[in-house]
Amino acid sequence: MIQRRFAPLALSLLAALAASAHADEVSVAVAANFTAPMQRIAAEFEKDSGHKAVLSFGATGKFYAQINNGAPFGILLAADDTTPAKLAQEGKGVAASRFTYAIGQLVLWSKQAGYVDDKGAVLKMGDYRHIAIANPKLAPYGLAAMETLKNLGLTDQVTPKIVQGENIGQTYQFAASGNAQLGFVALSQVMEDGKLREGSAWMVPSAMHEPIRQDAIVLSSAKDNAAATALMQYLQGDKARAIIRSYGYAF
Amino acid sequence: MSTSLLSPDDWAAIWLTLELASVTTALLLVLATPLAWWLAHTASRWRGPIGAVVTLPLVLPPTVIGFYLLVTMGPNGPVGQLTSALGLGYLPFTFAGLVVGSLVYSLPFAVQPLQRAFEGLGRRPLEVAATLGASRIDSFFSVALPLARPGFITAAVLTFAHTVGEFGIVLMLGGNIPSKTRVVSVQIYDHVEAMEYAQAHWLAGCMVVFAFVVLVALQWLQPRDRNNASPL
Repeated sequence: MIQRRFAPLALSLLAALAASAHADEVSVAVAANFTAPMQRIAAEFEKDSGHKAVLSFGATGKFYAQINNGAPFGILLAADDTTPAKLAQEGKGVAASRFTYAIGQLVLWSKQAGYVDDKGAVLKMGDYRHIAIANPKLAPYGLAAMETLKNLGLTDQVTPKIVQGENIGQTYQFAASGNAQLGFVALSQVMEDGKLREGSAWMVPSAMHEPIRQDAIVLSSAKDNAAATALMQYLQGDKARAIIRSYGYAF
Repeated sequence: MSTSLLSPDDWAAIWLTLELASVTTALLLVLATPLAWWLAHTASRWRGPIGAVVTLPLVLPPTVIGFYLLVTMGPNGPVGQLTSALGLGYLPFTFAGLVVGSLVYSLPFAVQPLQRAFEGLGRRPLEVAATLGASRIDSFFSVALPLARPGFITAAVLTFAHTVGEFGIVLMLGGNIPSKTRVVSVQIYDHVEAMEYAQAHWLAGCMVVFAFVVLVALQWLQPRDRNNASPL
């Protein structure tokens, strides 16, 4: 993926340098669960604004450590609301720029069609051997999954079957490769254009866990970057919101 | 909880890592010996391709190996279907799965020193043994193996150390299960990601000391062994 991104990136960098001095560029650290929608939003944004958004995908905790060590990101699209708040408090982020760009939807998903029922009873009854959950220490979707299990009174029963992904992307991989029959993943990963791409799923009711508020923040180094400001506005516009909603996020 | 010492979780990861490295080293020496012997002596046209396959894990990123192992050993992969048909179940998320991954990952570190050692022997010792009436098997075990001892030491130490340091494959294949698949490298990664830097430092510091000791030990062993290895 990195290599695939690299060549077009280098080329368009050159093109950008040659063509226009007005267009700005912003590096965006994007939470793994928001990968697919952000790729589409960034493409639209570049078309509409002429600015360039260079995307990096990964775990929010890792981005925090990298930002603390001078990583040149202009914007963080976090998987939670605590990391941007912390960055704002520590003066590494622009407090006023912070807003919730999406509220994540947790889903219990299986690659097998017809395996997950629409009430999640499969958790109790299923003869599954492994269930993939993102590391609750590191990923908000993992924490929400554990809260859901606790709410259902299934923590003890399910815990021996848990395999942990280090982020929601790896968690999805465990379930998508069929090695784990079930997985608590982000709806955005299994949904496209408002439909489930494959398999079967239970949308976990939002009352089962604390809301997965995903906040964005402009980092201090980019407070004068026109592309960063424009992208933050664009994310709150109708076009971006329609894309975000089509991946199953709420606001 | 104390933040300045190794936690029970850390210790569990350390023991698991040592177990994984020991099992992998033992198995790999057994598997690599005939392979290295063949590579050292064959005139087959397959020598090149097979030698390249053995070297591949040196070149490929662990994420590539881990990803393919996850897919091929899973329910939709050929290896997964084989292990399932044999009643072994599926290997990802199990200790056995990590062993298989480590065997692949550390293969060149076992084969290459052995191959060099066997090549260094040349044909003379075996020819001498044959003129004295030793069978091929006998001369392999009584002449070639003892003479190649330095190669075995290097292969064992490198395989063990390399397996201890493995990260990408166990992360992708293991599922991070405490006491089952969560090895030291993954535990350190978790500590760092969770910003538990003190714990990360302790465990990472242990790894640095371990690696240093291993490499110094290898240097001490090697010159002496090289003298032993030139027998005639």
